[in-house]
This record gives sequence, structure tokens and C-alpha cells, in this order.
Amino acid sequence: MGKFFAVILTLIALASAYPILTHMYVQPVDISTHGHAIDEQLSDTMAEAGFAFLGAQLLLAFFVWKYSSRKNGVKVKHLPGGAKLMVATAFIFVGTEVLALGVLGQKAWAEVYFTAPKPDALQVQAQAGQFAFYFRYPGADEKFAPLHPDKIDEGNGNYFGLDPANDVEARDDIVTAELAIPVNREIHLLMHAKDVGHSFYVRELRIQQDFVPGLDLSVHFTATKTGKYEIVCTQLCGLGHYNMKAYLNVLSQEDFDKWLKEKASEQ
Amino acid sequence: MASGTYTQIVSPSHLAGPDRASRSGIWVGIFAITMSFAAFTSALYVRQGSGEAAHIVLPPVIYANTLALLLSSLTLEKARRGIAKGLGPEVDESAAGMAWLVVTLILGLAFVAGQCLAWRSLATQGLYLATNSNSSFFYVFTAMHVLHLFGGIAALAYLIGRLAGSLRTFGQSLFGAIAIYWHFMGVLWLYLLLVIGTRL
Amino acid sequence: MEEAVVPAAHVHAPPEGFIRKHVFSLDHKVIGKQYYGLGLVAVFIGMGLSWLMRFHLVWPTTKVPGLELLSSTGAPGGVITPEYYLSLLTMHGTLMVFFVLTNAPFAGFGNYFLPIQIGAEDMAFPRFNMMSFWITFCAFIVLILAFFIPDGPPISGWTAYAPLSAVGKDAGPGLAWGQSLWAMSIAIFCVGQLFGSLNFIATTLDLRAKGMTFMRMPICTWAWFITSAIGLLAFAVLLPACLLLLLDRMAGTSFFIPAGLVISDRLQNHAGGSPLLWQHLFWFFGHPEVYIAILPAIGIVSHVLITNMRKPMLSAKVLIYSMMSIGFLSWMVWGHHMFVSGMNPTSSLLFSFPTLTITIPATIITLIWLGSLYGANMQINAASLFALGFVSMFVSGGVSGFFLAQPSIDIYLHATYFVVGHFHMVMGVAAIFGIFSGTYFWFPKMSGRMMNETLGKLHFWITFIGTYCIFMPFHYLGLVGNVRRYSSFVDDFMAPLMPVHKFISIAAFVTGAAQFIFLYNLIHSRFRGKQASENPWNATSLEWSIPSPPPWDNFGGKHPVIYHDPYQYGVKGSKGDFVMQDSPEQV
Repeated sequence: MGKFFAVILTLIALASAYPILTHMYVQPVDISTHGHAIDEQLSDTMAEAGFAFLGAQLLLAFFVWKYSSRKNGVKVKHLPGGAKLMVATAFIFVGTEVLALGVLGQKAWAEVYFTAPKPDALQVQAQAGQFAFYFRYPGADEKFAPLHPDKIDEGNGNYFGLDPANDVEARDDIVTAELAIPVNREIHLLMHAKDVGHSFYVRELRIQQDFVPGLDLSVHFTATKTGKYEIVCTQLCGLGHYNMKAYLNVLSQEDFDKWLKEKASEQ
Repeated sequence: MASGTYTQIVSPSHLAGPDRASRSGIWVGIFAITMSFAAFTSALYVRQGSGEAAHIVLPPVIYANTLALLLSSLTLEKARRGIAKGLGPEVDESAAGMAWLVVTLILGLAFVAGQCLAWRSLATQGLYLATNSNSSFFYVFTAMHVLHLFGGIAALAYLIGRLAGSLRTFGQSLFGAIAIYWHFMGVLWLYLLLVIGTRL
Repeated sequence: MEEAVVPAAHVHAPPEGFIRKHVFSLDHKVIGKQYYGLGLVAVFIGMGLSWLMRFHLVWPTTKVPGLELLSSTGAPGGVITPEYYLSLLTMHGTLMVFFVLTNAPFAGFGNYFLPIQIGAEDMAFPRFNMMSFWITFCAFIVLILAFFIPDGPPISGWTAYAPLSAVGKDAGPGLAWGQSLWAMSIAIFCVGQLFGSLNFIATTLDLRAKGMTFMRMPICTWAWFITSAIGLLAFAVLLPACLLLLLDRMAGTSFFIPAGLVISDRLQNHAGGSPLLWQHLFWFFGHPEVYIAILPAIGIVSHVLITNMRKPMLSAKVLIYSMMSIGFLSWMVWGHHMFVSGMNPTSSLLFSFPTLTITIPATIITLIWLGSLYGANMQINAASLFALGFVSMFVSGGVSGFFLAQPSIDIYLHATYFVVGHFHMVMGVAAIFGIFSGTYFWFPKMSGRMMNETLGKLHFWITFIGTYCIFMPFHYLGLVGNVRRYSSFVDDFMAPLMPVHKFISIAAFVTGAAQFIFLYNLIHSRFRGKQASENPWNATSLEWSIPSPPPWDNFGGKHPVIYHDPYQYGVKGSKGDFVMQDSPEQV
């Protein structure tokens, strides 16, 4: 029975590693300027974790194969080196691994969170509410009008709570249900939650950031490939959570200008 | 101690165990309560990070309450001495110990009544639980403290009951544990008073 | 000195009558079994819920016969609605984390065996002990009530993130009374666990038998002891958090609700609260909770492995110190659940390092197990198979922690199935393997009868292979970006992943069904099992020195004296290759 365990465990370990080794499941194409750092970090970690996984499972299988159900009265042996060897191994191998991953990982994190958006970045505001995203472009004056939660009226399309009657800046703000952005230009996304917590996740952008009510956060990124990508909410936000999504439309600069003009005329 | 190969018999004897356990138990409990109030306090700090509310002027009765609670710790120690003597030949003294215990209980109840007055005083100023963050924390801190104090009051009442029965069956270790708890309630209150006075 | 020891008055008198013996019993053994039984009920409910979830994910429009009787709104005509899926998810998580993973390995086995293993007659405070179980039981009832109220159980997940969990019925069904019941249940649960932990600590400190030094305590006793210290801190923080949540919900305060929220077209009347405050308080409890679940399992598995290896661990001391370091580090890592929550990005890095550091003691523990297997005389039975399975699961679930501990990778993997796979393997399945291992190992002691080994092994094989089939693919799904807590993947980028989900669901049904073999074995063996001897595994710790099942006062009025370290295996003893802890013979 011990030998059977060893065989099954070996099979499980190899079967688990197989899809990874053959790249059956990989991240979708990366369309951001910072994503490569995350992807590299992920594949480095995969190599180290995979090594640890296979090593430990196969060793377990081997030992169970070798040392199970032996003759009665067989004399047990102890591993030369004992616990000291194990502790040293853990500290040396895992310690280095931890240190390396920790230090390297900082770089990728810093690229996303410790750089300021460029001054010429395009500012777009994203609002998350149950169960839709809306986006706001500042319009010709390049200024976002203040929000008035009491003015929110979804029936009349006032998703953000704008007050064009009193705020001059609100009159040219452009509100859309789709996030269109120009390619190769940095976007500074200002994040605002209307009701409960939500999250902004675009796999291809390698961006995931929560919307926190009462706390206006922002992220910045540059998309390098045109196309249409899904934005999904990843913070449980209520019954329509599974349905809360929008599209990220990465356009060439001309197409984007055209799109924005079109949207402005629809307001 | 036993000799030979059976060394290191360091464990307590069986009789002492349960007695020591009630003391360890109370310290562990105090640790947990401290942790809870630390959580409340950190909540206060985080919460005040997002906007301050109007300062609360503490109702003067709070200071009288503080005095009552601190005095009750003193009377409890008087009771302890009285009872300790009472276990000897001088039987009169234990009656005195009993009386001090009752005084402690009354002071404890007076503290609770005083806190009720403080809440009413705040309510007449229009400060309710949900009025603003400072009033919320005021009620939460004071009510949680009173809730824990009720544990002490119940224990005191139980002690008095036991003491009224017979001094001989009365557990010294139980008294010790309850006394530690009661003093801790005073210390906790001083801490809360400091937080309430300076932060709310 | 110790000569002065007279047989003391018993901690409590022998129980009389059914109620005192089996319901409101002061006996730690009965209380331990009650906790275990509660865990057993909860685990089958929780598993049923996961079946419904897996069913809904792959056949969203198919009828589940009879489900409309449980909830006519959540499952009209037996078809699960997306919002009811969220209710199932919330209740599954809550039941499993609190009422199974905390109850069975820690409160259940701990209550039964900790006093016996240290040579005590009972817990330090038997009355408190009884109260803590019945408080926990009340918490369970309050939680289950949520199924039977009109708008159903809450839908905010077991993490109950504010403000979704705090604003009430405007935010969705189940967020009115369902969520309040949830918060009450957890608050009550915290009180029960605090009493329990206090009892464990006082008992271990003060009721050890003569000669039972700290380093002579079995590894599982140590695990329960460390766990109770963790539990004391963790539940002492969750309790205030739940109280504040209840105040926000019922008294109109604004601890977690900021100003200006518009929910269901209604401007909420709150100001200035902080949603992140809830996350901090919750995860300050939540991460240590992982170790509350896994440390007792580590202890149990070590205990079972040593007995079946017929040799001591390379070093029990190193194992114990590693568990302590894990317990200590668990207080500095809660922020790794919040990398993308809007917390200060610098603190993310600060939380990342202690998180990665935890892998060092965890690796030491694993290597000690592996290194100890070298040269062993491994006995294969249901208990040891589950213990070996645990080691394998612990490794599999542990390595995925490498990814999630790094904030940069977490940007991509946060809230995907990778996370779900990770915590199910390392916390859920591994801890449950620990429970199974403990059950097959200790059942003879607890009931006086042996469990059926053949059925036990069958149960192991299906469960072992099945859980890998369920949870390994979760990681692959996560790598592709399949997000969690979605009730449907039909019309977005996740749609192509449906075949994987189908495979997982089928594996889940099969593996779940195998658990009924266990249930049958448990019940059948309880009444029809072979009589168990006092020490069927030739083990050394104190629980094997007394009859199976033990008398109400454990040692029959005797006071054991301890002469040895707990694991004297591979030696020449009078009974075989082992010497018991309370045997005065020399080694």
C-alpha cells in the first residue's frame, strides 16, 4: 500500500506540473508597459515554486516507497545530519529564494505604484457602482467638475451626480460606459466608488485595483496594443457582481479623438 | 526531588494546580480584554484619520465615577485583609472583611449608575450613539467597560454569597483572581478616561 | 514536596443522568466530542453548499430537485439564482472556516486529548468549557437561521467587506437580517472561542502531571497550546470588529461607512467611516485564523506520523519552535490580503517580507517530516495515509503562497481562482486531512472500537486523488485570469474555461460522495466496530495508557508520573519497540 501511495503521488505531481510545463495555461497577451516585470516575476516564481513542489512531492513518494511496510523488527535509522541539516537547508535554499523573490518583486511593484503619472498623462475618471462602470473625460476645459452624490439620477443618465446648471466645468464633461483610451499614451485613471467596494481588473493590462468608498485612489498605465479588452469587477459587490463589466477600447490617437468628439456630441 | 534517572520533576503538585490555574486564567483573560480594547483604540485612530468631529466635553460626573471605582479597589484590599485575619482565631475581623466587600460592591454599582448619568447628560446635549464619530466611540468605550465591569460585579456578589455561607469553604484563590480582575477594571478605566479625555 | 500530594478532590463529581452526561456535561471528553460533532454537521452542510455552487457554475439553468423548499426566492423552481449563489458562497465559507476548521481540529480534538496528554483529570475550568461549547452551538444556530428568513443568507462573502456588509438591505438581498445574523453569530462565536482558548492556556500551564515538563508535551499538545494563544488574540480583535459592524447596521453609526454613498438611488445617511478599517480588523483576525486551522492539523499529523514511523522526529523541539515562529509571524502579515485594496503601497512591501519569511519555518516543518521518514518503518493505515496526504497537500498549498506573498504578482492573481486554490489546499483540504488522520487514529480511544480500515483506505484514495483533481485546476484557472465569486462565466473571457469547470465539478461530486463512506464508517464502527484495546497503535503518549474509552476522570483517580519524552520509539522496551511516557523503565 505504501508503494501504491508513492506511485499515485508521483503521478499526481507529474500531472500537476504537466499543464504548466507545456504552457497550457498562461496569462493572456500583455498590452501594458509595466506588465512584463510582473510576468517575469511570475515565471521566476513559477520556476522556483515548481522546483520546490516537485522536489518535495517526489522525495515524499520515494521515502514512502522505500521505508513503508518493512519487515517487523527492522531497525529504524536516522538521517545523517539530522534536524540541523534540515534547518540549514531551509534557511539557505528557501531563505535565498525568499530574499531574491522579495527584492526582485519590489521592482515590479515599484513600477506600478512608486512612479508618478507623467504630467501629460490623460486623466480619466472611473466610477464603479452596483453593477456598472462609468467613465468621465474632463472635456475641453480639462477640468473635472465636482461630484454631488445627491444629484445622482440614473434614470436621467446622471450617473456621477453632475450639476451642469451650477457648475460651469460640468457642462463639457463627457460620460461614457466604455473606457476608450489612445494607444501608447499614459492614462491616469482616477477611481471613485459610488456605493460599495469594487475592483478594476483588466487581465491584459496587468492592473487590478480596488475601488474603496470614501477613498479616491488612482492608477496609471500605458496600453501598447489597440483592441478591445474586458474590464471586470473583482471585488464582491452584491447580487449583480458577476455581471459587472465594461470594455477597455484601446484606439489609435486619431480614432480616439474621433470617438471622443462623437461622445461629446451625444452628451 | 526524586533522584536517579527521573530528573526534572518540575511540574506542580496536583493540589496546587487548579488554584494556580484560576490565577493564570484571569491573567490570560485580562490579556484578551486588553487586546479587544487595543482593537477599539486602533479603530478610533483610523477613524479619526478621516475627519474629526466636535470635541466632547466630559460630563463632570465621570470624575466622581472614577473616584468611586478607584476607592472600590482600596476597599477590596481592606476586605482581603479582613478575611485573611478572619481565617485565624479573630472571628470578628472577618465580619469587617465582609462589610468592606459589600462596600466594594456598592461602589461598583455606584460607578455604573454614575456612567448612566453621564450617558444621560450627553443625550441631553443631543449627543447620541450615532451623532458623530466621537460620540459613537464615547458610548462604545464606556459601555464595553461597564459590560466587563458587570462580570466583576457578578463575581463579587457570588463571593459575598459564598462568604455568608461559611468562611471555611471559601476559596482564597478565587478571591485573589476576582481581586486581580477588579483592579484591572480600574486600570482599564483610567486608560479609557485618558483616551476619552484627550482624543474625543 | 511532592510526597505531600494526596489524591485531591476531583475537579468535579462523576456525572449522573443523561443531561449531565451527554448534554450539559462538564467532562472535557464529552465537550470535545460535541465540538467534533458540531464540526461534522457543519462540514456536511458546507459540503452540500459547495456541491450546489459547483452545480450552478456548470449547469446554471438546471433544476436542483427540492431546492425550492429551502428557498423559494433563491431557487425558484429549484433553479439557483446568481444572488443565491452568493448566499451559498458566503455560508459555505463561514461554516467551513469557523465551524469546521476551528471547531474540529482545535476545539474538538484539543478538548478531548489535551488534558489527557498532559495527565490532567479535566480542563482547568470545566464550567467555562461547557459554556464555550454551548455558546459556539448558539452561534451555529444563529448562523443557520439565516437560511430560513425571508430574504435569505447574506451575500457579502465570509470576509463581509464593509460597506457592502454594513449598509443594510439597500445593497441587496440577504444584507438586511441575514447579514445581521451573520455578524451576531460571529460575535457569539468569538466569545465561545475566547473562553475555550483561555481554558486551554490555563490548563496547559497549570495542570500538567508530575514530570510533564513543557518539552515532554506531545507535539499536538504544543500545537493546541500555541493555537489557543493565537486564538486568544485573533478572536479578541474580531469580536470588537463584529460589534462595530452591528452598530453600523443597527444603530446608525458610521465606523465603516463613509459619506456620500448612493445605494439603490438612495443617499445613505452616514459620514466619515473607513471601509479599510474593517479590512484591517478582519484580516488581523483572518490571517492568524489560517494558522488556527492548520497548526492543530500539523500537530495531529506529526503525532500520527511519529507513531506510524516507529521512530521519533529528527527533532520535536525544532518542530515546536517552528510552529511558534509561524504563530508569531502570523501577526505581521495580515496586510498581504490587502495589497490591491488601496492600502499604502509601501506597507504592501512591508507586509510582503514577513509573509515570505513564514515559508522558512513552514519549510523546516516539511523537511523535518521528510527527513524523519528516512530510515523509518512506516506503517500504512488510514490514519497514516491521511497524514502523508496532509504533508503532500501542505506542500502543494504552500508553494502557491510564494506567488501571492508578492504584491507585484498579486496585482494579477488577486481575486482569481489561484487564490481560491491556494487557500483551499493549504487551509481547507490540508486541515481536513489532519482531522481525518486524527479521527482514524484516535477513534479507538474515543469510542472503544476500531474503525474499518478497508473503508478508511478507500475513503483516503478517493479523497486524495479527488481533492487534487478539484483544486489543482483552480490554480490553472487563476493563471489565465478566471476571477472568483462569479456565479456565471458564460458570456465573457472566462467562457472558454467551462470544460475545466465541468471537470472540477464532477471531481467535486465524486470526492464529496466519498465522504459518506467516512460517515458510514464512523457511525457503523461506533456501534459495530471491533473492540479496541488500550493501545492499538503501540503508541507512547498518555492517552494510550488508559482504557478505551477513558473513564470519566481519565486516570481513574490515579495521578500519572511522567518519566520520558513523548516519543520513545525504536528502542528496546518491555512491550516492544517503544516505551510509554509514564513507564518508569529506563531507555
